[in-house]
Amino acid sequence: MTVAGEWYLTLAAMLFTIGAVGLLVRRNVLVMFMCVELMLNAVNLTFVTFARMLDDIGGQSVVFFVLVVAAAEVVVGLGIIVSIFRRRIDTTADDASMLRG
Amino acid sequence: MDWFVFVAAGAAVLAGALGVILARNPVHSALMLVMTLFGVAVLFVAQEADFLAAVQVIVYAGAIVVLFLFVIMLLGVDRAEKLGDEPLHGQRIAATIAGVLALAELLILARAQWATGQPSVAGPASGEGSNVAKLARSLFTRYFLAFEVTSVLLVIAVIGAVVLAKRTRETSEGFADAAGRAEGLETVE
Repeated sequence: MTVAGEWYLTLAAMLFTIGAVGLLVRRNVLVMFMCVELMLNAVNLTFVTFARMLDDIGGQSVVFFVLVVAAAEVVVGLGIIVSIFRRRIDTTADDASMLRG
Repeated sequence: MDWFVFVAAGAAVLAGALGVILARNPVHSALMLVMTLFGVAVLFVAQEADFLAAVQVIVYAGAIVVLFLFVIMLLGVDRAEKLGDEPLHGQRIAATIAGVLALAELLILARAQWATGQPSVAGPASGEGSNVAKLARSLFTRYFLAFEVTSVLLVIAVIGAVVLAKRTRETSEGFADAAGRAEGLETVE
């Protein structure tokens, strides 16, 4: 007996909620970035579940592209974080409140 | 058996996600993120997305989390964070309530109509042949343009990372004024 897709979608919704709450609650930029990854994974899980429920390979193709975009996003995002916080003691988002550093 | 896999992997996913947002140390958060990513990979396998499960482990756990850990160590912020101080009063409670409300709303709206639409528009996911073959056929025919644009995106990301990480002469002089910690980083690089 296979697990129905609804359970997977519920789990993905919970994962997305945890990621969103973490993004709002945490102040460390790196942890906030990890929360973005959590939300991306929740969406990936949703896509794969829809691919199974609708018997459509397109959902898995989309997940492939999401993975690529996530990799590019992490590279650029971490580059920005390194260049902003290289001279600071910790990586708190509130410290980066000025456009001129 | 399917239920056992789902419950075990789902518990790992949720525990890892909670660990990410509750751990005081960013290194612990990154390690909990690995647990979540592995759980999601198991759920991919359980839904016959074998190729994506492999890519998930290789790209996410193998590359992205390592990159996170690398940056944590490079910036030297692997210390415990004080979770107690809250810059905006009541922000945590408000964020948690908002998140739970959004989740409840989503689940109530989705109830009884989880997946609607025409099945197998981009090709069937089940049936004869391996998952890799079907995904490859989809990527290299229907989504071929998007696949090629992806390569451009990766090149842009590489160039962007190099430009962001490159240290110009002016910023190097700025570093000389900064605290000794930054100079320590320069010798590391």
